[in-house]
Amino acid sequence: MNALSASPRPPAELLLRGAHLLDPRSGLDSTRDVLIRDGRIAELAPPGTLEAPGGGEVVDAEGRHLFPAFVDPHVHLRTPGQEHKEDLDTGTRAAAAGGYCAVVAMPNTDPVIDHPALLRGLIDAAAREARIPVGFMAAISQGLAGEHLTDMSALRSAGAIGFTDDGKPVASAGLLRHALRNQILCGGFLALHEEDPALSLDGVMHEGTVSVELGLAGIPSISESTMIARDAQIAEAERGRVHFQHLSARRSVEALAEARSRGIAASGEVTPHHLLLTDESVRSLDSSFKMNPPLRGEDDRAGLLDALRSGTIEFIATDHAPHSRDEKNVPFEQAPMGTTGLESSFAVLYTELVLPGVIELELLIDRLTAAAALIGIETPSLTPGSTANVCLIDLAAQWRIGESGYESRSSNCCFAGREVSGRVLMTVADGAVAYRERAFAVSAA
Amino acid sequence: MRHLLSIEDLDREAIERILDLAANFGAVADRPIKKLPSLRGRLVINLFYEASTRTRSSFELAAKRLSADVLNLVSSGSSVEKGESLRDTVATLSAYGPDAIVIRSPHAGAPGLLAGWTHAAVVNAGDGKHQHPTQALLDCYALTQRLGSLEGKSIWIVGDLLHSRVARSCIQAFTMLGADVTVAGPPTLVPDAFEALGASVRHSLAEIRGADVIYALRMQLERMGSGQVPSLREYVAHFQIDSRRLGPRQLLMHPGPVNRGIELSGEVIDSPQSLITEQVAAGVVVRMAVLYEVLAGAPQTPDEQQAASRELEPQTA
Repeated sequence: MNALSASPRPPAELLLRGAHLLDPRSGLDSTRDVLIRDGRIAELAPPGTLEAPGGGEVVDAEGRHLFPAFVDPHVHLRTPGQEHKEDLDTGTRAAAAGGYCAVVAMPNTDPVIDHPALLRGLIDAAAREARIPVGFMAAISQGLAGEHLTDMSALRSAGAIGFTDDGKPVASAGLLRHALRNQILCGGFLALHEEDPALSLDGVMHEGTVSVELGLAGIPSISESTMIARDAQIAEAERGRVHFQHLSARRSVEALAEARSRGIAASGEVTPHHLLLTDESVRSLDSSFKMNPPLRGEDDRAGLLDALRSGTIEFIATDHAPHSRDEKNVPFEQAPMGTTGLESSFAVLYTELVLPGVIELELLIDRLTAAAALIGIETPSLTPGSTANVCLIDLAAQWRIGESGYESRSSNCCFAGREVSGRVLMTVADGAVAYRERAFAVSAA
Repeated sequence: MRHLLSIEDLDREAIERILDLAANFGAVADRPIKKLPSLRGRLVINLFYEASTRTRSSFELAAKRLSADVLNLVSSGSSVEKGESLRDTVATLSAYGPDAIVIRSPHAGAPGLLAGWTHAAVVNAGDGKHQHPTQALLDCYALTQRLGSLEGKSIWIVGDLLHSRVARSCIQAFTMLGADVTVAGPPTLVPDAFEALGASVRHSLAEIRGADVIYALRMQLERMGSGQVPSLREYVAHFQIDSRRLGPRQLLMHPGPVNRGIELSGEVIDSPQSLITEQVAAGVVVRMAVLYEVLAGAPQTPDEQQAASRELEPQTA
């Protein structure tokens, strides 16, 4: 197992008083005092019955919810090379502020993480700068050019969680086949950005009624779904482990469901924006809504929700993709693709899906935490003995996204301006306090 | 009207007001002295990021006929070529205090962004494949001059709809004025999604005899061989408007420039049914009307209307 990296922080000594605990895996759903000692969950007890640890903090958590903290298998921390958008410090601060205890960074940086020395340098930097544990993916192909495989075994030994050409598809079926065979030797998993370049062409949004009305070049849903069908079959033939990134279309999740029914080791993730928004948002020609894969139609969105409920999609990933204001403040066709998401994901999903009764809160927490198994870390849990990976959230707190700034260096959030419920007050990641909401009072023992 | 970014910004009443105003200006165009003082001292900047002959020249002429000062900027030879962003260019130009900026951009939505960055009125002279509202208005003008009203008329727009900003604006404008619009062309260039814009979709010209007006679009030659159109010969065979397909009582339009022998045969271009020259002439008076609308405003009261019509008197030198 490859460890994630973070800067060393003192282990938490905390008493959380009277929080409502909800942990779908252990079935916990009750109000408890929670004692965190030496960075571990030491004890759960009825409210008002636990004593504060010596020198530790007491947090009045009455009326607040305590969840296992979230795990994001797909973020862009832009380091090295694009630190004007994000770096290891700002990106992991954003993650902690969103309730995350671990994230996995993509290798489409500048330079691309396609060499063990680059990866080692990045892991060292994370050990100095990262506020929560970060794992790093390495590229499948050198320079993401889709031609020559990277030295996958060496990258894996250097600490790669897995491999991906994210941002670009592995267009060549032959190259993917070789990568899957190599993966048998080196372990890890292949995370696939699925898109057929011959179908996407120079598309900038979902191909449908809205793209035709706006005169923008479209990316059809079949650009993604046909590649998933292809790659599932290749993975079956090679007995490889594949993970399909940022699923956006109904036919894509149908292809994934079929693959899983055939016993193929395949998983899938979906982003909050694909679950909540459609191409109708693009009518504004606001580049905040430009992402890849694009926001699709209502039928695709409904298909993703069904797949999230059924478990075909196991993970919610933000695909947090920071871009500077100047880069996004251009005509839609010229703008880079991507939206930030780490600081808004829980609140938008809770507000738009849980509050109206579309999904249960337990399901949301499960899908926000389950990626721990994919990346090979301890699954966040509230049961005693677990490493403290928890987030304390005030579900009733209402706020407007973007109103008080972001921890992220970038502000290109497609949910900016929305009124939401659910504010992260505190995050403990890998046993250490990683985030505390500024306005959230903490009383000393 | 603050800006003209899209036909969607208008309603039937606004279109008819612009067409009436254009007709007034049209009367002036026949006089020996064609200049009006309406926009004297106002600055109009033409910011063109794409090659254009008739749109740019007609905007320039329209502004000059209304006595405005005109500054023309084209992307080649300007700081745009040196990599300046649209936002920075607009900030620079805004320092000159323009009253209106007319923008042509290869990118959809650029005029809308610009409207948020400047105090000037913004007029969209074509943005990407999105909108070309003044072209649609001049087409409405040329048609109403000939037909009186578009109410209940059948208008067929033929050719490469997918890549045409003219078509998008025209479908909306013609429909607003009560016409029934049909779009026709190969399925690669006329997706069924055009129905969402309020048009009927056809992939053949079999029923084109029922049209009152045939509006042919320019066929971009680079589409040939890209898979979107198998060959020139095939396109011509299926979709060229020639004397066989154009009936004696049907009107023919084209936004120009024409590919002679491709979307139109030579003889129909020069036929009496052709409105192509009238479209070009309409370009100046309609753009005068649009500049007048965004800069001098729509007259609200009868008094203001009188004042406005007094302003339309020719300039006495």
